Amino acid sequence: MAVLLTRETRLMVQGITGHQGQFHTKAMLDYGTKVVAGTSPGKAGSEVHGVPVFDSCEEAVDGTRANASVIFVPAPFAKDAAIEAIEAGVKLLVIITERIPFHDALDVMPYARAKGVTVIGPNCPGVCSAGIAKAGIMPNQLFTPGPYGVISRSGTLTYEIVNEMTNAGLGQTTCVGIGGDPIIGTSMVEALEMFEGDPQTKGVVLVGEIGGTAEEEAAAHAKTMDTPVWSYVAGRTAPPGKRMGHAGAIISSGMGTAESKVKAFADAGVSVARYPREIPELIRKTHQ
Amino acid sequence: MKFYEYKAHEIFRKYGIPVPRGVLAAKPEDLAEPPLPCVVKAQVLIGGRGKAGGIKTAKTAEEARAAAQAILGMSIGPYTVRQVYAQELLDIAQELYLSVTIDRSARAPLLMASALGGMDIESVPPEKIVRIHIAPLIGLQPYVLRNLAKRLALPQEVATQVSDIAKKMYALFRGEDAELVEINPLAVLRDGRVVAGDAKLIVDDSAEYRHPEYADLPQDRTPLEEEAHDKGITFIQLDGDIGVIANGAGLTMATLDVLNLKGGRGGAFLDLGGTDDPEKVKQAFEILLKARPSVIFLNIFGGITKADTVALGVEQALRAFGSNVPVVARIKGVNEERARAILANAGMRSVETVEHGAELAVQLRGEH
Repeated sequence: MAVLLTRETRLMVQGITGHQGQFHTKAMLDYGTKVVAGTSPGKAGSEVHGVPVFDSCEEAVDGTRANASVIFVPAPFAKDAAIEAIEAGVKLLVIITERIPFHDALDVMPYARAKGVTVIGPNCPGVCSAGIAKAGIMPNQLFTPGPYGVISRSGTLTYEIVNEMTNAGLGQTTCVGIGGDPIIGTSMVEALEMFEGDPQTKGVVLVGEIGGTAEEEAAAHAKTMDTPVWSYVAGRTAPPGKRMGHAGAIISSGMGTAESKVKAFADAGVSVARYPREIPELIRKTHQ
Repeated sequence: MKFYEYKAHEIFRKYGIPVPRGVLAAKPEDLAEPPLPCVVKAQVLIGGRGKAGGIKTAKTAEEARAAAQAILGMSIGPYTVRQVYAQELLDIAQELYLSVTIDRSARAPLLMASALGGMDIESVPPEKIVRIHIAPLIGLQPYVLRNLAKRLALPQEVATQVSDIAKKMYALFRGEDAELVEINPLAVLRDGRVVAGDAKLIVDDSAEYRHPEYADLPQDRTPLEEEAHDKGITFIQLDGDIGVIANGAGLTMATLDVLNLKGGRGGAFLDLGGTDDPEKVKQAFEILLKARPSVIFLNIFGGITKADTVALGVEQALRAFGSNVPVVARIKGVNEERARAILANAGMRSVETVEHGAELAVQLRGEH
């Protein structure tokens, strides 16, 4: 078992004929993912690495029973692509595209929710259920099946940490890159809930960073969980970022800084690694 | 994207939000006929202007020009004041607060208002701030404005104006791809009018392509940061002395954290993103070298990035710029071994882990 991606996942790739789309379709196929369709308006009838290309999501879903989609289209077209996939009936949407205007994300997320669609991202490395399937751009060789879930706001930092886990013999159920944007489809807390419902996952690693209040909310949730949680927070020495007027300060009321996040985790009994390589050591301390 | 006050006023006006009359001036003579009495304000992208002496009141045009003379050329934080804005002095009876921003947790726009606006808004007790989420797909419905007016407990004639301003602020928020639209204070004048006493506007950088009219507005970047921005490189100058090049925001921050743990301090950091194009790597080094770091720490974790291509870019850059700044490199990715050989031949230190790299960078800094 794993979360989000299972053996039943039939993946569609939106923007499959682009440079990124082609490259990562190959990698996802190599990983054993059932990539059943791709879309690229005007390119119907062609193939990318043996995957049939359709003009629209509707045709792709009708023709292949795709039930999940990964989006590689450029930012100005990503909202259109997301709504099209939701309308076509997929139940999982992974948006890799970065720099999507967040007003577009503000439109997509409530619509997806109303239609019962789970969105991961945008601006994320995707999802990998170790040994089963991958939707996104995470490097295949990093993962090894095992009992730990990973949730991360970052891309390369996730690779760094998963790599350390794999080297230490601590395999993964699923690694979820929830994305680094202010408006994302699945929050850290919601991703934690998914792992709580997965009997295979024996513990969860949270990779957070400064800004927003996702880590503080995740810490509060972790307190209620039986499954152990370990964390790392990037940006402890980063310069204070732009301040969003008074409104940002009023909303976060002191939260959002590295100190606030580390303290929230500590108060919830979640151990916080000082550097990425410490994550495997922390897991070992809990799970001898 | 941030906006000077006068520019934000211009945009507010476009949406019909009442703002004070004002005149922009780059030299004192530009204030031939300022609105009187007026406040002459330094146009800079940071707060704290008042404390720095960048805001002065004037009763006559002569006083206004003298104030402009005093403020222009003044340093406020890292900025030199190039323009002042002479704005009609408001006769304020009450200061309110009004803003529209995003609430990440709720994934929705948030309208906030308070009858206790002004300087100390952050210390106003939470129960005195009205917060109303707005469903983005539905938009601002009239009931939101009715609830807002009722909860602020304002006299009818003031409430009507505040509701109208709130409605226009939301239109601006959506129409201009804003992250924040804030008026503090929203001034209730003695003559009964409600006017934006201040205007704060931040627009989403990712939406720049939809607003080409804002592309050339000055931002709060150092000249070197501006140069990097023009080349599409994420580069931030800090106050330490170790230059950091990494890929991805999270990994870049983690690299700075590890450096700090080992007793070093980042002097500038550059996020290379997902590239292994040697030309891009070369450009990155060119920018970073201009920040005069005592040592450069390169930390690349590339799942699909070709490590040897990155290494070639580094070698070419150092040769092209004749730099003798020591470089510590930690590159993970495809063809790692070949990358290490290239780096070693070029006299660079290649390490396996971030921690080791950070230690070595701190040590080399001490030797130079």
